[in-house]
Amino acid sequence: MKPGNRLFKKRCQITRSSMLREMRERNFERKAFLSLWADRLFSWKGSDPVIFIEQAKKVFQTKNGPVKAVDNINLSVQEGEIFGMIGYSGAGKSTLIRMLNGLETPTEGSVTVAGRKISTIKGTELRKARQEIGMIFQHFNLLWSRTVRENIAFPLEIAGVAKAERDKRVAELIELVGLEGRGDSYPSQLSGGQKQRVGIARALANNPKVLLCDEATSALDPQTTDSILDLLVDINERLGLTIVLITHEMHVIRKICHRVAVMENGQIVELGPVLDVFRRPEQPITKRFVQQVTEPEESKETIQHLLTEHPDGKIVKLTFVGVSAEQPVVTELIRSFQVGVNILQGKISQTQNGAYGTLFVQITGDPAEVARAVAFLDAQQVDSEVITYE
Amino acid sequence: MSEQWFPNVDWEKMWEATYETLYMTGISVVITFIIGMLLGLLLFLTSKGQLWQNRAVYSVTAIIVNVFRSIPFIILIVLLIPFTKTIMGTIIGENAALPALIIGAAPFYARMVEIALREIDKGVVEAARAMGASTWTIIRKVLIPESMPALVSGLTVTAIALVGYTAMAGVIGAGGLGNLAFLDGFQRSRNDVTVMATIVILIIVFIIQFIGDTAVRKLDKR
Repeated sequence: MKPGNRLFKKRCQITRSSMLREMRERNFERKAFLSLWADRLFSWKGSDPVIFIEQAKKVFQTKNGPVKAVDNINLSVQEGEIFGMIGYSGAGKSTLIRMLNGLETPTEGSVTVAGRKISTIKGTELRKARQEIGMIFQHFNLLWSRTVRENIAFPLEIAGVAKAERDKRVAELIELVGLEGRGDSYPSQLSGGQKQRVGIARALANNPKVLLCDEATSALDPQTTDSILDLLVDINERLGLTIVLITHEMHVIRKICHRVAVMENGQIVELGPVLDVFRRPEQPITKRFVQQVTEPEESKETIQHLLTEHPDGKIVKLTFVGVSAEQPVVTELIRSFQVGVNILQGKISQTQNGAYGTLFVQITGDPAEVARAVAFLDAQQVDSEVITYE
Repeated sequence: MSEQWFPNVDWEKMWEATYETLYMTGISVVITFIIGMLLGLLLFLTSKGQLWQNRAVYSVTAIIVNVFRSIPFIILIVLLIPFTKTIMGTIIGENAALPALIIGAAPFYARMVEIALREIDKGVVEAARAMGASTWTIIRKVLIPESMPALVSGLTVTAIALVGYTAMAGVIGAGGLGNLAFLDGFQRSRNDVTVMATIVILIIVFIIQFIGDTAVRKLDKR
């Protein structure tokens, strides 16, 4: 039995139960529902994980004794998946992603990517394997001495592709990443976003099975970050490419990842589909990351202020996940109860597997009616939480 | 005018000496470049955290480089007389100056190569490794092109130092402008010959500097 099978079965179960839940929640027409899920299932082409990490450990010897950068990690990533790893600096995510193309070798354990055991192969075999694993970097790492075209051609030169074919492929890639007309520019003449596009084109040159993104958007401004993330999603969908990315920004995870692993002190402390992690973050560190995208600091102040100003009302935090984000809960609330509803702050974030949102409302009126309104909210497929003084 | 200001200058001799200086400088620059590159690459690649990290090789290379770099050139020539005699068969003339010039300048250039290579962004080398490049490919397609401006400006400095070395070598019988200035100028108290030889050396130096600067400007796309 292949190592991935057990995990895959487990994933199937998860998929099945979430299908059933969604069916209930959505009251979907059977046909439309099936075609939706068929799409989702077929987008997970592989039955085996394309990346398989088993009991990986990495210990660095430093002046202050050994440091465990990666501590006993087991992980598998399915073909066609966008898998995110989030953690603060020093969490070991950088070491972990470098194990996937052999830039770091694990002290113990094994790493398999696209059927090759990266952790043990060496020399020519390792170099061949690396040609099938693209990587992009925070600081782009382009060769300043080469033009855009020549930079993109570099991995093709390494792979020994003939000149004519190289030129053809480079032209395709330039179009794919939207850099038409910049082929003869030098990196110094490009903006950060354009440089990362060159990095992406370069990483895709040899048709890799996996793309590794090492903090690929951390050096970019928010707008450019979004355009690069859109490009990554586009590539993932068009080419079915598996993407593994590391970041410290929850925004990146929220926007493009299917699954996320939260790392702390060299270990994965939480792992799951992005929406589930958003819905029920368990570890304190995960909660902090989730708050990055859901609860801006100012809302806390606003709420404290409102709590002081309106001691009679109740302030409720509603959390919408997936389908329920699209339901008119607030409309229902106002229609059915004699209460005033004051929306304080709201935010809905799109993730790759559905929407996730929080809404802070103040409910005022007769205390009994308010209590009934809160009870109504509790009965909905919405997580609600009455906020009081902290 | 030349009759009035430089009455003792024998132009034919001056041209011949200029040619000899250029010949010595030219040949020694080429060989210094090759040896210096090899030594510099060895120093860089075997240093800590690099592709061929090897403390023993690095230390031995570094010691050899430092020793030859520290010996004053005029003493180096004298010390190398037996060596020169063995490999060149003579200790007089332009060719006899070459071993000393190269051995004096190559370690100097090797250090400059090492510094130039160190300035390369480590991330670029990592990117090349991630693409599956071999060490040889990295040297040829990353290290050398990415450090080219620094390598060229280092070579310019080395070439200018070599012009100075040829003048010193000239004093002990290697020919060239240094020889002319010393024998015809200084020893026969003809200051105009010394001054003229100096002017020619200055012109050579300026030309080298100009060529070097232009090349660096053309190469540097940062």
